[in-house]
Amino acid sequence: MSDKNSGYLDMELLRFTTAGSVDDGKSTLIGRLLYDSKAIFEDQMEAIEKASERIGNEEVNLALLTDGLRAEREQGITIDVAYRYFATPKRKFIIADTPGHIQYTRNMVTGASTANVAIILVDARHGVLEQTLRHSYIASQLQIPHVIFCVNKMDLVDYSEETFEKIKSDIDGFSSKLSVKDIRYVPISALNGDNVVDRSEKMDWYQGPTLLHLLENIHISSDINHEDFRFPVQYVVRPQTAEFPDYRGYGGRIASGAVKVGDPITVLPSGFTSKVKTIDFFEDTLEESFAPQSVTITLEDEIDISRGDMLVKSDDLPNTTQDLELMVCWFNERNLIPRGKYVIRHTSAEARCMVTGVQHKMNINTLEQNTEDLTVKMNDIAKINLRVTKPLHIDSYSKNRITGSVILVDEGTNETVAAGMII
Amino acid sequence: MDKYQINHLRELEAESIFVIREVAAQFENPVMLFSGGKDSIVMFHLARKAFYPAKVPFALLHIDTGHNFQETLDYRDNLMEETGTKCIVRYVQDSIDQGKAVEEKGVNASRNKLQTVTLLDALEELKTDAAMGGGRRDEEKARAKERFFSHRDEFGQWDPKNQRPELWNIFNGRKNMGEHFRVFPISNWTEMDVWQYIYMENIELPNLYFTHKREVFNRDGVWMFKAPFMQLKPGEELVEKDVRCRTIGDITCTGLTLSKADTIEDIIQEVAATRTTERGGRSDDKRSESAMEDRKKEGYF
Ligand SMILES: Nc1nc2c(ncn2[C@@H]2O[C@H](COP(=O)(O)OP(=O)(O)OP(=O)(O)O)[C@@H](O)[C@H]2O)c(=O)[nH]1
Ligand SMILES: [Mg+2]
Repeated sequence: MSDKNSGYLDMELLRFTTAGSVDDGKSTLIGRLLYDSKAIFEDQMEAIEKASERIGNEEVNLALLTDGLRAEREQGITIDVAYRYFATPKRKFIIADTPGHIQYTRNMVTGASTANVAIILVDARHGVLEQTLRHSYIASQLQIPHVIFCVNKMDLVDYSEETFEKIKSDIDGFSSKLSVKDIRYVPISALNGDNVVDRSEKMDWYQGPTLLHLLENIHISSDINHEDFRFPVQYVVRPQTAEFPDYRGYGGRIASGAVKVGDPITVLPSGFTSKVKTIDFFEDTLEESFAPQSVTITLEDEIDISRGDMLVKSDDLPNTTQDLELMVCWFNERNLIPRGKYVIRHTSAEARCMVTGVQHKMNINTLEQNTEDLTVKMNDIAKINLRVTKPLHIDSYSKNRITGSVILVDEGTNETVAAGMII
Repeated sequence: MDKYQINHLRELEAESIFVIREVAAQFENPVMLFSGGKDSIVMFHLARKAFYPAKVPFALLHIDTGHNFQETLDYRDNLMEETGTKCIVRYVQDSIDQGKAVEEKGVNASRNKLQTVTLLDALEELKTDAAMGGGRRDEEKARAKERFFSHRDEFGQWDPKNQRPELWNIFNGRKNMGEHFRVFPISNWTEMDVWQYIYMENIELPNLYFTHKREVFNRDGVWMFKAPFMQLKPGEELVEKDVRCRTIGDITCTGLTLSKADTIEDIIQEVAATRTTERGGRSDDKRSESAMEDRKKEGYF
């Protein structure tokens, strides 16, 4: 897309999430990051100064920048994800500050599902805890490509290199069982700001980059699948006006890959083939378009296509199937019902499905598979099988975060009960 | 930038268009709330892009407090005519006349809170199942917590402690009878993104956003426009200043910024240099620490 007057508007967007156990300092870290990069406004600062005083904190509590709900401030914990925004000359950042408490795991997954980078905090005094493991495992299942482990509260362990190295080797021990491409470690004090934006003067034994430096420089454009063109049809655009009497375009967001005018296209599920006639974007027409753009595509031939269908290139088809094998993270107080029926959503398609099997649950503490106890409860992660009422056009989640993901919805309450990643 | 990379504004735009199309596809009777402020103008622009060359397939809904800047109303009417869009208007005055809302008293009286009554009534009357709003998460700490698809119970209330999980970009708009959704397509935009986008896309705005001379008075450190129905407190006096609006809302709670900015570029520079948030000038948020959260729970925008 040509942006005539973009110039300084050309910045890259990085989405990151925090994770880790309760009280490990996630919200304080985000507050510190915003404060030290001068992204806090005067009236916000005044407001949290007053609020800190009211709840009896001696110093300004930077966690209040993200813990904005009344109940969060009363209890001193994060309950739901808070989104915060800041920019440096290098990048724009979208931060999701998520809760550490196990009860709110689903909110952590919500914040993490769209992230390019996860910052997982570990309290230097306590080391790796069950929630550290759970969140690391979730980050790895979600295929967040970059994970930064921040060993926090270094001020409380005398900035000890030994403590840092010990925790680092503990993490190394279990992270070999995870599938994270890129793991980094930074010793920090979120409270005092060591190695967050500014380099610590108290830890000269650490020669690596500060956290902000990492966030500004991690290479992220390779995180999108640029290979396989997948275009889930979201909305059929039919103006039926005097000016555009016969226009029939397919609106959607390119999930992966790229497409050019003239490319041979197969429509799923019908299997009809055609060629791309135009790629329209408002009053412009494009020669080529790619993920993650939202465009409207028209085809050479009149084919019956509706929401839930998928356009792909004829020489690169996804897997079309009614049987799915997937990892699910279960969110609901009500357990997964074996042979139970749920609504399933996959890209723009919706269908019903039945649980045909539970293969194993993950034991979070050992990262081993549990095949004895197959009751899938809230916050459990399990490998299951589903039979869907109609074929879905899928890729494995490891190849494609969009065409490889589904959610399950309870038919009675309409609640989202699980996130699923197709194997 | 690599070949297959888009800048942050194009990425936000693509995300918002995706959300707006999702609303049009998942709901039977959606509306887009339109206030005439820059956020709703940008949101409407994105909606036009989402469906072009077809018209936007839903109506706009404006809740008119009766205390709006005339410039905003004129701008709205022009825009609707130019784009051939239907805009439904519902009046807070009607809710007051029907005895459903009670006018606040005193010098700080505002109809801002009363809008919720009119809004919820309108959504019920129009059988709306999804109302899109131009709220952004960077505006306020309670908004920072809200989902794109925000579920409302049959009383129009938000339960911030029990929101539905929202994974990736798969939005679950399923609901029971009588419930509805509030959807925020520009959730992830910051004030700066909005201005840069307006600049990049050459979007026309009401003149109130640019510098102009106006009779204003200072209340609690905030410059305010004096409408005929407003009363000055002892000690307050009218003076002429060069001002512009940073946000546009109801006159009674819109603070004006002293500014000489008369182009979008000037405004972008001003926003980059400012040390206060955009809602810092909004007296409706200053009423208490959780003013926004409380209003949102009741069904506010
Ligand atoms: N001494 C010290 N205390 C810290 C540091 N970082 C955070 N804390 C304190 O640890 C406590 C918990 O911090 P939060 O930031 O609320 O923790 P959290 O991880 O966001 O907690 P949840 O969101 O509820 O899971 C607070 O009292 C912080 O002041 C640090 O670097 N040093
Ligand atoms: Mg927290």
